[in-house]
Amino acid sequence: MYTVSDLRKGLTIVVDGEPYVVTSFEFVKPGKGQALYRTRLRNMLSGVVIDKTYRSGEALESASLEQRKMQYLYKDEHNYYFMDTASYEQVGIAAEAMGDAPNYLIDNLMVDVLFFRGQAIGINVPTFVNLHVTQSAPWAKGDTSGADSKVVTVETGYQIRVPPFVQEGDLIQIDTRTGTYITRVKE
Amino acid sequence: MPTNWRLASRRTALAQRAAIVQAIREFFVQRDYLEVETPQRIPAPAPESHIDAVPADGWFLHTSPELCMKRLLAAGYPRIFQICHCWRKGERGRYHFPEFTLLEWYSAGSNYHDLMSDCEALVQHVARAMGQGEELVYQGQRISLSTPWPRISVREAFSCYARLSMAEAIEHDCFDEVMVRDIEPHLGVPSPTFLYDYPAQRGALARLRADDPSVAERVELYIGGLELANGFSELIDAGEQRARFVQEEAYRRSLGRNPYPLPENFLTELPEMPPTAGIALGVDRLVMLLVNAATIDEVMAFTPEEL
Repeated sequence: MYTVSDLRKGLTIVVDGEPYVVTSFEFVKPGKGQALYRTRLRNMLSGVVIDKTYRSGEALESASLEQRKMQYLYKDEHNYYFMDTASYEQVGIAAEAMGDAPNYLIDNLMVDVLFFRGQAIGINVPTFVNLHVTQSAPWAKGDTSGADSKVVTVETGYQIRVPPFVQEGDLIQIDTRTGTYITRVKE
Repeated sequence: MPTNWRLASRRTALAQRAAIVQAIREFFVQRDYLEVETPQRIPAPAPESHIDAVPADGWFLHTSPELCMKRLLAAGYPRIFQICHCWRKGERGRYHFPEFTLLEWYSAGSNYHDLMSDCEALVQHVARAMGQGEELVYQGQRISLSTPWPRISVREAFSCYARLSMAEAIEHDCFDEVMVRDIEPHLGVPSPTFLYDYPAQRGALARLRADDPSVAERVELYIGGLELANGFSELIDAGEQRARFVQEEAYRRSLGRNPYPLPENFLTELPEMPPTAGIALGVDRLVMLLVNAATIDEVMAFTPEEL
């Protein structure tokens, strides 16, 4: 069991007997009212997205998912494919079930593939991944959200806000829970 | 580039924040309010069901300066304001910091409708000081500051935006959920909005309406979906105040919260307080609004996680 204070992006829970992954959550508190957590949950079997509000202290049922370390191979139009490097068994996962994981997927990356009743239903990427900057866009004029930072593109196509000293070709570390820049990595 | 580039990148927001605080001070000083400073570590916070104080060496960090400011009113200080840090345990989110900055002001002889007019004048004054006109853009929403701003009762808001009435929401114990999900997103666009006359049980320090004791004379200001301020026509009946504190404290203890002693000095002096209205406004959220920040993190020098 979890409580709402364990809520985080990527947490897998059971609602009405089906596994859901938390795709976002927000702490809210109407004036003088009680603390509430508004969550957006994706059904890991059907891909259907629902909104659910929890009260502070409420319990959440954890989803018992089997995890297996597998290697990312490639994707086609509909699926992402992963391989068990010991047994060479391959599984495909529908693109809709991948959430924001493709932002961090490079060939041969080892990930945790999640199984629910024997069916591969999603993946967990490592908390920190290192990716190369492939394109450094010019600083956008009038960008008031942080005049001392800029947006770059990494090798997966993901765009991310970084400090201005980051250059094309640099390897950077990203926190996959928040999708934010951590630091530059020496190669 | 400094090691802490995130902190360095907040320079613009922090400079704007300082200018906003300056403009707030100017507003109150011009209107003959006395700026006061009251202790932030106190022995007995006001018991409120859903606000929890941080213990500090046997006492508590205040969750608002309310009780000390009311003791000043009772002692003959009729117009006072304060800008101070407050602490509320466990509150962290897009709009919440467990340590945040509150502006609180009181004016003897006023009621909650006067507070609404004060809010209109204050926000207009600060927006002008920041070089903004009669219109703000917050997170893509155009907001007109032209006064008067709409004032709607909580009961009306439920009948406009929710599928059940205020009374039904209380009966089914889902008042907060309906407020957050169905009502708040509509408030404060395209004009700032006052929501007033809250259910009696949701204003532990507010006066009940003489002509309708099922509601308290409490008001909240919303702008662009942000809840900015909460005020009351203050309860000045000490017997009634004591009864409400006892009830709130019993509820707090039933949840296993840290017990508070009753604020006896406040209760002793309360009968000397003239009829007064008072309101607290979240300074960090006012800064968010005026610098168009999506999260409170963007207008603070440090987040709790960065310390």
